[in-house]
Amino acid sequence: MPPDASRTVATEALVEVEDLARDFDVSRPWLFRVLNGEPRRIVHAVAGVSFAIPRGTTLSLVGESGCGKTTVARLVVGLYRPTRGRIRFDGSDITALGADDAARSIRRRINMIFQDPYASLNPRWRVRDIIAEPLRAFRVLEDERAIAERVAELLRHVGLSPKDGEKYPHEFSGGQRQRISIARALSATPDFLVCDEPTSALDVSVQAQILNLMKDLQEEMGLTYLFISHNLAVVRHMSDRIGVMYLGRIVELAPTDALFEAPRHPYTRMLLDAIPDLEMTGRRRIPVGGEVPSPIAPPPGCAFHPRCPFADARCRAEVPRLRAEGEALVACHAVEEGRLAA
Amino acid sequence: MPLLDVRNLRVEFPTRRGTLVAVDDVSFSIEPGEVLGVVGESGAGKSITGAAIIRLIEPPGRIAGGEIWLDGRRIDTLPPERMRSVRGREIGAIFQDPLTTLNPLYTIGRQLAETMQTHLGLGAKEARARAIRWLEEVGIPAAAERIDAYPHQFSGGMRQRVVIALALCAEPKLVIADEPTTALDVSIQAQVIALLKRLCRDHGTAVMLITHDMGVIAETADRVAVMYAGRIAEIGPVREVVKHPRHPYTEGLMGSIPPLSHRVRRLAQIEGAMPRLTDIPPGCAFNPRCPRAFDRCRRDRPELMATDGPNRAACWLHDPSSRDEALGHAA
Repeated sequence: MPPDASRTVATEALVEVEDLARDFDVSRPWLFRVLNGEPRRIVHAVAGVSFAIPRGTTLSLVGESGCGKTTVARLVVGLYRPTRGRIRFDGSDITALGADDAARSIRRRINMIFQDPYASLNPRWRVRDIIAEPLRAFRVLEDERAIAERVAELLRHVGLSPKDGEKYPHEFSGGQRQRISIARALSATPDFLVCDEPTSALDVSVQAQILNLMKDLQEEMGLTYLFISHNLAVVRHMSDRIGVMYLGRIVELAPTDALFEAPRHPYTRMLLDAIPDLEMTGRRRIPVGGEVPSPIAPPPGCAFHPRCPFADARCRAEVPRLRAEGEALVACHAVEEGRLAA
Repeated sequence: MPLLDVRNLRVEFPTRRGTLVAVDDVSFSIEPGEVLGVVGESGAGKSITGAAIIRLIEPPGRIAGGEIWLDGRRIDTLPPERMRSVRGREIGAIFQDPLTTLNPLYTIGRQLAETMQTHLGLGAKEARARAIRWLEEVGIPAAAERIDAYPHQFSGGMRQRVVIALALCAEPKLVIADEPTTALDVSIQAQVIALLKRLCRDHGTAVMLITHDMGVIAETADRVAVMYAGRIAEIGPVREVVKHPRHPYTEGLMGSIPPLSHRVRRLAQIEGAMPRLTDIPPGCAFNPRCPRAFDRCRRDRPELMATDGPNRAACWLHDPSSRDEALGHAA
């Protein structure tokens, strides 16, 4: 872990991630490889990511498809095992949680909201059973009457009616389904929610309702969020700190306003410049060139160098580490050497 | 004379439980070379309006009323084989997913060349030479070598560039682009939009740009039509609609978009959701969600009317005869 990154780890961090990495084997079948003399192919989906999330705050990870943000989310909740690195939650190491009671009591405190509310709710279950599942799985409540009361309370809390518990998911719109997902995620009273693109399948007016609800719940219940999104406007609205990811690494990690007002990494600048914005009516933007390279064979050195206007020989050879620059952490040789005008 | 004139368009989908009206009495026009943005949430009828113009509505859906005029000629009554030559030659189409437009079995060069041979009557050699020029124009590197590649050999952004070349190569006067950048990452989206804008300006092509992304519209369109529940709620110059919306729905829509330039504590919220086509409320379809609705809104359906600005809005707040009632409600 780079020494500079550890400095920002606040003592009250609820979640700490150190040098987290995950590889996926995407090789073709063995016989095919042997016949064609092909090597194994490994995708370094997440290649060493470190961050800390102070209690009650929101950290967002933002980036384009394939940058590894969803993999980080899945690693943090334990849906994938990391290839390398550590995850700490409230002081205890949860990198390889077992199935004992201690592990169960930690898992209860972590939950997740998924992107697609059409795929993440079981269509054969009534809404009340969907919401009660964490209560039963973690044996938070055993008495059926108490469970029913808790489900009714949760439904009201997310803006639905207790009567909706009798219905099936297909009877609801996308926004209402996402409310059901939120109720399910909250039912076992977690402290930490991982939200993977929770509003990107929703229309913008419905998105506003869900984002407002998520902010209200955070304030009320002191929740900590890891928020994954490709939408920079949504991320600006939701986060305290933002990590910008590119090809499996965090290239810039900064407080929200600092990131938007003084982006440092050339990739962050490019992303901000690329978003069409309502305020910019009539403004001409400089289009950016190139596409995200394949994560199977990432460019050597800084993975962004083929698209970067400031790249030099060092950028092509040496992977830059995250270094403190003011309030931000930036992984860029050009920023470090002052070659890049601030 | 407008290039495209849509008058009182109505599109219906007969179902077992009655007829659904997906597009209800929609009228608008597009001038030559103009970019008209059509924005709305899912189910507002924006894509079906676009599909109706090029007559690509999936049966049993059908155009049940209205007229569509292109360049002074009525096209909604043309027989299907004549319509086929209007599509492609006079109106190009770009859809969200480039893989639905490109044929996976043919090289992109063949698809481009065939389009030009069919619509422009070019010979094979000339068509191939022009296909290479088009690929260069849409920014495909090493176009002469890549012309014999298949669609799957291109990335998503590159495929959408090929689709743009395909839509424009027969030199149509109008392009209908339905969510052309929705499937793309933001940096690629910016490239594709810049490309589409530049090419249409250079070739004088008018564009009907259908999208749910108000940011894309704000950057690209000259005018914008906001659709709600199968009707146009507001139409006008893009800057006016974005900065000074005259319809409460447009106002709510703008407020619900998180701003990029500053932080707001809370987003404006339109309560509820757009009604399903099976239960559109009487009067103004937006009235149950409208914070400023009064009696007339629940009774009579508003048509697009003049406002105090250049926008026209389908809202009784702008009708002089109901103004007293509206103010009375507010007080």
